[in-house]
Amino acid sequence: MMSFTPLKKALIWGTCLLGLLLCIPNFVRQPTPSTPWRQIHLGLDLRGGSYLLLQVDLAALERDRLATLTDNVRASLLAAGLGYRNLTADSAAHAVTFTPRSPEESTPDLAAIAKMPRAVPGEFDAAARPDGSIAVTLSGEAMKARAHEALSQSVEIVRRRIDATGAVDPQISVSGPDRIVVNLPGISDPERVKALLGTTAKMTFRLLDPNASPNAPPPPGVTLLPMQDNPNEKLPVRDHVDVDGGDLTNAQAGQDGQTGQWAVNFTFDNAGAREFADVTRANLGKRFAIVLDNKVISAPVIQGVIPSGSGQITGSFTAQSATDLALLLRAGALPAPLAVIEQRSIGPELGADSIRAGAISLGVGLVLVMVFMVLFYGLFGLYADFALVLNLVLMLGILSLFEATLTLPGMAGMLLTLGMAVDANILINERIREEVKRGRTALAAMQAGFERATGTIIDSNATALLAHVMLFVFGSGPVKGFALTITIGIVTTLFTTLFVSKMLMVGWYAAKRPKTLPV
Amino acid sequence: MAVIPAFRPVLRFVRDDTRIGFMKGRFAGLATSAALSIASVVLFLHPGLKLGLDFSGGVTVEARTAGPADTAKLRTALAAAGVQAAGIQRFGAADDVLIRLDPAGSEAATQAQQAKVKSAIETAQPGSTILRIDAVGPSVSAELFRNGLLALGISLLMILAYIWFRFEWEFALSAVITLVLDLTKTVGFLVITRFEFDLVMVAAILTILGYSTNDKVVVYDRVRENLRKYRSMPLRELIDLSINETLNRTLGTSTTVFLAALPLALFGGESLSGFAWVMLFGIVVGTSSSIFIAAPLLLLMGEGRLKRAAQPPKVR
Repeated sequence: MMSFTPLKKALIWGTCLLGLLLCIPNFVRQPTPSTPWRQIHLGLDLRGGSYLLLQVDLAALERDRLATLTDNVRASLLAAGLGYRNLTADSAAHAVTFTPRSPEESTPDLAAIAKMPRAVPGEFDAAARPDGSIAVTLSGEAMKARAHEALSQSVEIVRRRIDATGAVDPQISVSGPDRIVVNLPGISDPERVKALLGTTAKMTFRLLDPNASPNAPPPPGVTLLPMQDNPNEKLPVRDHVDVDGGDLTNAQAGQDGQTGQWAVNFTFDNAGAREFADVTRANLGKRFAIVLDNKVISAPVIQGVIPSGSGQITGSFTAQSATDLALLLRAGALPAPLAVIEQRSIGPELGADSIRAGAISLGVGLVLVMVFMVLFYGLFGLYADFALVLNLVLMLGILSLFEATLTLPGMAGMLLTLGMAVDANILINERIREEVKRGRTALAAMQAGFERATGTIIDSNATALLAHVMLFVFGSGPVKGFALTITIGIVTTLFTTLFVSKMLMVGWYAAKRPKTLPV
Repeated sequence: MAVIPAFRPVLRFVRDDTRIGFMKGRFAGLATSAALSIASVVLFLHPGLKLGLDFSGGVTVEARTAGPADTAKLRTALAAAGVQAAGIQRFGAADDVLIRLDPAGSEAATQAQQAKVKSAIETAQPGSTILRIDAVGPSVSAELFRNGLLALGISLLMILAYIWFRFEWEFALSAVITLVLDLTKTVGFLVITRFEFDLVMVAAILTILGYSTNDKVVVYDRVRENLRKYRSMPLRELIDLSINETLNRTLGTSTTVFLAALPLALFGGESLSGFAWVMLFGIVVGTSSSIFIAAPLLLLMGEGRLKRAAQPPKVR
C-alpha cells in the first residue's frame, strides 16, 4: 500500500504529462495542418450561434405517396380499360380506395393493380373489401423504410442548402425517428436559413386543363392551385406530373436579356431533357404550369419545342428570391416538409459575457477551495491542491481528446467537480488524523488512512456517477454538457486523489521519515 | 516536494473529541423536516413552480436596446404587431430587456411569434441588438419535461439499488426517503424564490441528489464500520458516535462544494446564478439532512435489526 514501484510512478507521471500535452491545442495555434490536433469546441452559448431542431413531417410524406398512388392506380385502370368510381386516398387507412364499375370487374381490377410497378417489393397490396370496394393499402414496413430514407435524404439536402448559404462549420445530425438537429455557430439571426429550410422546393412541370374553369369544381385528376404572386388567382392544374424538377442538373439566377427582370435559368439532365422535349412537342400552344410547393410560379404558353432541356422561369422575382430559388433547386427538394420546433439563438456579445462569467467563477472557486485546503489540512492540503490543478488539466485533456463541446453549464460542472474532488483528500486526511489520535505510528496511520478511506471514496463517487450518467442519458442540450464534464470529472478525481496525491504523500514520507504527521 | 516544510493545518471545524448528542434531537429534526416538506408541497400545489421556457414552451427574446429600455414603448409596439407579451422585464443593465411570450398553440405559430417580436423591438427602439432568442414548440417542451422527470426518477431508483447492494435495505430506504424530503424542500425553495424551473434546474437538483447521497454514504459507511467494531453499543449511541467522528469531514466537504458554487451564484451571470443559488441551498439541506434526517431514520428502522459483527473487527 505504501510504496509506489518506479513503473507505477512512471505511469502516473506519464498520464499527467499526457493530460498536459492534450490540453496544449486549446491554447496555441496548430503549427502545421498535418499535426494531430484535437481541441475543445465552444458551445453555441459561449461563442454565439443558433441551434435548430427540425421535425420531418412524415404524415405529409405518406399523403404524398398516397396522392401519387391514386394517380398511378387511375392510370393503370384506364390503361386496362377498366372503370372505377369514388377513387380517393384514405389517409386514416393508409390506402387508396375505389369502387369497381361492376362486381365482375373486381378480379381484373386486382390483376391490373398487381401488375403495377412498386418502389420496393410488397410496397402495397390490393384487396377487395366486404362492401365490394377495393383498397390498395401501403405496407407499414415499406412506409417505415421510406420514412427512414426520407430522414437521411432530408439531412443531406439540409446540409447542401446550409452549405450554400456560406455558413461556417455547421453541424447537422439526425435525432430520433423524425428529427434533425442543426447547429449554426456564429449565426445568431438564422432567419434566412429557416426560410430556406422551411421551403420544400418540390418543383414540377404540369399541363393546365384547358377545359376546366377556375370557378367551377375541377374534374377528377385536376386541382385548382393558387398563383404564387396572387393567391386569389387559381389555375386548374393537372395532377399528373409531366416533368419533375428533381431531374434538374443546374439552376442559376440571372437577369432576362430583354426585360432585365430577375429569372432562374435551369438545365435538365438527359432523361429530363427528353421528357421536356416530348411534352413540349405534343402540347404546342397549351399552357404549361411551373409549380413550386403547390403554388404556380408561372404558366407560360408553350411557344415551341424545347429540345436542349434548358429553360427559364420568370415571375416577379427579386435578386434575392431568384438566388434563393436557384439555390433550392440545385440542392434538391425535401422529401417532406420540415418544421422548426425548437430554436435557440445566442448573440456573440452574450457568449463573450458568459465566457467571462464562467472563467471568473472557475478562477475564484478554484482559489477559494485551494486556500481552504491549505488552512484546514496543511501540507497534505497543499498536495491535494496540486492534485486539484492536475485534475482540471486532465479534465480539459480528456474533453480535448473527445473534441467535446464545452457549454456554460459544462463550466459549472467543472467547478462543482473541483469542489467535490477534494472530498477524497479530506476523507483520507481525516482518517489519518483519527489513526494518529488512536496512537498509531506515522507510517501505520498513513497506511490505515489510505486503506480505510478508499472504500468510502469509491462508494461515494459511484453514487454521484450514477446520478450524472442518468442526466447524460436523459438530458438534452446544455444539460448533457454539464453531465459529461461531471462524469469525466469523477473519473479524473479518482485518479488524481487515489494516485497522484497519495504518491506525493508517500514520497514525502519516504524522503523525511518523520515521527509525527502534519495532520 | 520534500523541500516544503511539513506545516500543520491552522484551522479545524470542531474538536476531535466532540460528542454532540444529535440523536436526542431526532424527533425535533424529523418534525421540522416534515413540516418544511409539507409546506413545500403546499407551495408546489399553490402557487406552483414557475415553469421555464424549456417546459412551458413559448418564446423568450433578450435584447440590448439602443439607450435605456423603454418598456412602455416596447409594449405598445408588441401590441401593434399583434403579439401578446406575457412579460417585459428589465434585468441587469438599464438597456437589457427580456420579453416573454406565452406558448402558442402550434410549432408554426411559435416561429411566427418570434419574428414579430424581433420586428417590434426594432420599431420601438431602432438600433437594438438581439442577444438571445429561445423558441420552444409545444411538442418539444412536453418531451423535455417528461425526460427531466424520468431522469430524476431513475436516478433515485439507481441510488436506492446501489446503497441496498452495498449496505442493507434499512440504509437504502432511509437514504432515499431523506433524498425525497431534500427534493421537496428544493422545490419549495424554487417556488419561493420564483427561479424558473427548467432543464438546468433539473441538472441542479440531480447534482444535489448526487452530493447529498455522497454525504449520507460517508456517514453510513462509518455506521457500518462501527457496527462491526462495537458489538454491544446501543444503536443510538453508535450512530451519534459515527456522526461525530465524521463531522469534520462532513463540514469540510460541504464547505468546499459551497465555496466552489458561491462564485457561480455571484458572478455566473443571469443564466447560471439561479442554478448556483439552488445548488447552495441544496448543499445546506443535503448536509443537514445527513445528520438530522437520514441518521434518525436509520435509527428508527434499524433498532434491533441491523446486523452486528458480520465479521469480527480486523486486528492488526
